[in-house]
Amino acid sequence: MSLEIKPGMRESASFDRNVIHEIQRAAETGIYDIRGWGAKRRLPHFDDLVFLGASMSRYPLEGYRERCATDVTLGTRCAKKPIRLKIPVTIAGMSFGALSAQAKEALGRGASETGTSTTTGDGGMTDEERHHSKILVYQYLPSRYGMNPDDLRRADAIEIVLGQGAKPGGGGMLLGRKISDRVAAMRTLPKGIDQRSACRHPDWTGPDDLTIKIEELREITDWQKPVYVKVGASRTYYDTALAVKAGADVIVVDGMQGGTGATQDVFIEHVGIPTLPALRQAVEALKELGMHRKVQLIISGGIRSGADVAKALAMGADAVSIGTAALIALGCNSPKWQKEYEQLGTAAGFYDDYQDGRDPAGITTQDPELGRRLDPVAGGRRLANYLRVLTMEAQTVARACGKSHVLNLEPEDLAALTIEAAAMAKIPLAGTSWIPGGAAGC
Amino acid sequence: MNKKTSLVDLSRTSIRELNQALHRLPAGSGSTRWRIREPRGAHAIACGLNSPVRVEIEGHAGYYCAGMNQRATVVIHGNTGVGVAENMMSGLVHVKGNASQSAGATGHGGLLIIDGDASARCGISMKGIDILVQGSVGHASAFMAQAGNLVVGGDAGEALGDSIYEARIFVRGKVKDLGSDCVEKEMRPEHREFLAKLFARAKVRFRPGDFRRYGSARQLYNFHVDHAAKY
Repeated sequence: MSLEIKPGMRESASFDRNVIHEIQRAAETGIYDIRGWGAKRRLPHFDDLVFLGASMSRYPLEGYRERCATDVTLGTRCAKKPIRLKIPVTIAGMSFGALSAQAKEALGRGASETGTSTTTGDGGMTDEERHHSKILVYQYLPSRYGMNPDDLRRADAIEIVLGQGAKPGGGGMLLGRKISDRVAAMRTLPKGIDQRSACRHPDWTGPDDLTIKIEELREITDWQKPVYVKVGASRTYYDTALAVKAGADVIVVDGMQGGTGATQDVFIEHVGIPTLPALRQAVEALKELGMHRKVQLIISGGIRSGADVAKALAMGADAVSIGTAALIALGCNSPKWQKEYEQLGTAAGFYDDYQDGRDPAGITTQDPELGRRLDPVAGGRRLANYLRVLTMEAQTVARACGKSHVLNLEPEDLAALTIEAAAMAKIPLAGTSWIPGGAAGC
Repeated sequence: MNKKTSLVDLSRTSIRELNQALHRLPAGSGSTRWRIREPRGAHAIACGLNSPVRVEIEGHAGYYCAGMNQRATVVIHGNTGVGVAENMMSGLVHVKGNASQSAGATGHGGLLIIDGDASARCGISMKGIDILVQGSVGHASAFMAQAGNLVVGGDAGEALGDSIYEARIFVRGKVKDLGSDCVEKEMRPEHREFLAKLFARAKVRFRPGDFRRYGSARQLYNFHVDHAAKY
């Protein structure tokens, strides 16, 4: 709906239309807003960085001829069987429950076609997911829904989840309308209840205990699997250092732009820090411990393009992870479903009611009829296409910077466009050598 | 049946060597017994077992002893650290002494017997396991317990069964207080019958009639603003 703004109609910066709508909604319902997606506010991000392409002082590689490798190995610290990916882009953990079985299958198909990994989520591992994912990371979450040693053994890696970027310090939720018979059985809960996932693990507290927990998981799986530790971005420098100390093979840091299936809006928009400073803090911690590139780092939260991938790698990540972008690639928010989005009071490009279970695209639903709208084969192909584009874009940038491997990108290849981004990423403001707050420290 | 007994001295053998040897046992290992000497509070002893072997630990064990157990019988002749039999799927784990926090946490099946006391969070997020504690349990036991039975021969600490789902709790002694949405429920014949069978299997002399039953009031299963103050 378009609104003609006439002279004299001055919108309040503090009480804009969204704020007014939320106050009216809260007064009407008496309950906070729950939604999916990630932070929607404007945040300092990779858009605020640019690459310094080669010219006189640097030697570029030929864009369509010279090789620029993209493979990455994760879990080289302790695991007997590290993960070898063909591209540095992985699929983030998203649960069966939050997503339909068709969506999980499509994610597996797309990732496997391009040689990368997918990740389970809260609620356990499905046979379809294992079957369609050549490389599958099994999340070990506080709820332990569906957790069992057989699935641990058939996973390729284990990801201990301490939090996620959309809600560091918060647990999960899956509203009753999405608790189907199958989801309920996998989680050992009654059908139709509003299912809470705990915010902290039931059998350990703190980094010393985590050390012992990691040891137990290694013992159960005979030291075969890489063990990841995932944190939501908040005190990232310390969290990274403590996870390394606890014995993690891989650290996964999820910035506040990272998506969720269902969380309070106040949590999504007001808890945690953006991906940009979180990544820089994690790299600093790894370097100070002498573990950079020995313990691998995966960054997620707002990765959309090959430029984002390249910038994340240049700042020191070993790989990135995508969630929201992967769902969009499958067909989430497609204009194809515009009429149905309008019936739900929204529009293509704005739909974020993943908690609701009525997703017209058949992705964030447990409704069998809606779920059938997503063809897993076609969805997988779209995801594979998108992953290839991300990879080619990252290679394009890397070659322009003279790199024969995307992991050879470095902070020196970057410049910041804003003071905020320069301060958070510790990248000099473009055209200067100025890093607000200094070049080192956390 | 002729049972072969393997003896392992943990002052000479690493936990990794022990567990890998136990994991390599074939499915039909019921005739095998293992005795573990000098455990010295080591962590992750006999975790991830997946065969009907019998393991006797002759001393105290550390964290996560018999974690994720499947089918095996593990007897600890001493005390255990945090998370004994955590996420157990099946089989039997028997602690002859006391257990630390989170005993039987998230367990899906099998039976955990603790002859002494269990500390806080016993049976937290349990998902089908049966836990028999002959002594008392600490605070927040059966927190968010989903399924299974927690049976306490002694007393229970604060916030018993907070946010409990479909698990059942039986307590013989005093309950300091109940957590959110946990209420006392009627002891019906099927509950006494269940307890009688459990006590017979565990060879303990409790009388089912001495126990009171607690479970979910199911008032908080679906969030409603009128209940906000209870969370």
